[in-house]
Amino acid sequence: MRLSSKATTLLILAAVIAIAPVFFPSSYYFRVGSLIFVNGLAVTGLVILIGYAGQISLGHAGFAGIGAYACALAPVHLGLHPALAAVLGALLSAAIAFLVGRPILRLKGYYLAVASLGFGILVSMVLSNEAQLTGGPDGMAVPELGLRAVLKAIGIDLSNTEFWYAFSGLVLVIGAWLALNLYHSPTGRALRALHGSEVAARTVGVDVAHYKLVAFVISAVYASVSGSLLALQNKFITPDVAGFMHSIEMVTMAVLGGAGSVLGAILGAAILTTLPQVLTVFQQYEQLMLGLVMMLVMIFMRAGLLPSIARRIRGRAE
Amino acid sequence: MSLLQIEGLGIDFGGLRAVHDVGFSLKPGEIVSVIGPNGAGKTTLFNMISGVYAPARGRVVLDGEDVTRIPPHLLARRGLSRTFQNLQIFQSMSVLENAVAGHHLHERGSVFADLFSLPAARRRSKASEDSARTLLDRVGLGRAAEQEAGSLSYGALKRLEIARALALKPRVLLLDEPAAGCNAVETEEIDHLIAKVAAEGVSILLVEHDMKMVMRISNHIVVLDHGEKIAEGEPAAISRNPRVIEAYLGAQATEVQNADG
Repeated sequence: MRLSSKATTLLILAAVIAIAPVFFPSSYYFRVGSLIFVNGLAVTGLVILIGYAGQISLGHAGFAGIGAYACALAPVHLGLHPALAAVLGALLSAAIAFLVGRPILRLKGYYLAVASLGFGILVSMVLSNEAQLTGGPDGMAVPELGLRAVLKAIGIDLSNTEFWYAFSGLVLVIGAWLALNLYHSPTGRALRALHGSEVAARTVGVDVAHYKLVAFVISAVYASVSGSLLALQNKFITPDVAGFMHSIEMVTMAVLGGAGSVLGAILGAAILTTLPQVLTVFQQYEQLMLGLVMMLVMIFMRAGLLPSIARRIRGRAE
Repeated sequence: MSLLQIEGLGIDFGGLRAVHDVGFSLKPGEIVSVIGPNGAGKTTLFNMISGVYAPARGRVVLDGEDVTRIPPHLLARRGLSRTFQNLQIFQSMSVLENAVAGHHLHERGSVFADLFSLPAARRRSKASEDSARTLLDRVGLGRAAEQEAGSLSYGALKRLEIARALALKPRVLLLDEPAAGCNAVETEEIDHLIAKVAAEGVSILLVEHDMKMVMRISNHIVVLDHGEKIAEGEPAAISRNPRVIEAYLGAQATEVQNADG
């Protein structure tokens, strides 16, 4: 039996996450791996927004900031368990995405990009300026999730980096599963339809404004959970998580890897997370090389790395 | 009792009267064609009826209900669907997915069910896929189902748009030049398809340049020139109407007469 594209993607993803540690020379690589998964989760959300629905956001780090600071603030001020704080952050992000998305998703293309950019900047400004609450630019501590202690009690003893590798890897697989389910569902088809032709989508009954908002809210929840995971594993958070650069990084990862494909976008996250470490051999030219690689990929592989390579392989097979 | 009633519809573009005071009606199962020279305002009229443009004057009444200025997705719920002169295909989807997407109103449900791929969501998808395959067979695209939509010929894409519009199970179907760019065989196939759909009780409003086709299948013809209705009636009467012949002039005028003969 031929595997569906959904099952293939999930299988590849789970296998890579499970097998990669065999080749890790030091525990540092678990840390890089978990950062890739955290970024990969946010980028999977952007695949739904950019790849499925064809809408852009340059402010999604704002939602990552909300998710991150929820984990820092809710345990202290509301007495919530950090896991519940992450859920609260996700709900808050969804509510804010709903309110912000309604007016700005009427805009198209670069107008939408600039409006969403404004939203991201707004969130990072609030986090920087409300110093009594957030510690300002110096950041603040985040409490321990506590799941590792629970695992240890039942006999699964993982180091801190190993635990976060496994846990964020698991969340990423779940996130990819949900995104792939959506792709093949009526909602996913409505999103891809409005991406293809808004006027045709309308005439088959798609409420375009509603579905754009659905994609925006879902992708905001992904970004929020990604921010929460980052805060919980670093046990410390600064307003940079909501910053402009983080938003740009997310979109770049998605587009570089292939915004239309979940696996491609995660590959983009992996490359842009590890590339700066690899390129340190170029010393002071590191940033230059990074920029060059990004430009070359976009010039020669417009659909993004994975879709372009897949098409080339398929073309050769035929 | 008319299903679709157009009353004094008009719109201006920058001071120019693109369409002015156009009215006619459509009974269930009737095929009405709108003809006229290029730039007569046919597509603009379609865009107003289907909610893409908001008319400045007049009313569109669907089944006794005023639906003027109602957005297209709500008109779709009331059973009005259309195709486009300049193709509006979902290019990155397969042929099958395009036809499935036409079932949106029948398959939409909870986003949560879709995210978690719950049995309800899978059932909805399966039902619309089955129906989409039947529709593709009907328009002769059954074997192309798994192809990328972008790889089809122009004539095939025209038929795919019809299949997608039929997926809605519309009561009124607006077809904007369905036979444009099709060869004689394809035109005849579309011709038969339209007649069959109308025979099932769907009212069809047609814009078409192929006069032979228009004369053959229309119950009623509305002629536009410079945005205004200059004539209306049965095909035979229209082809003899001096104002219509004058509007078309030359080659096309003889074509109208030949089609009648």
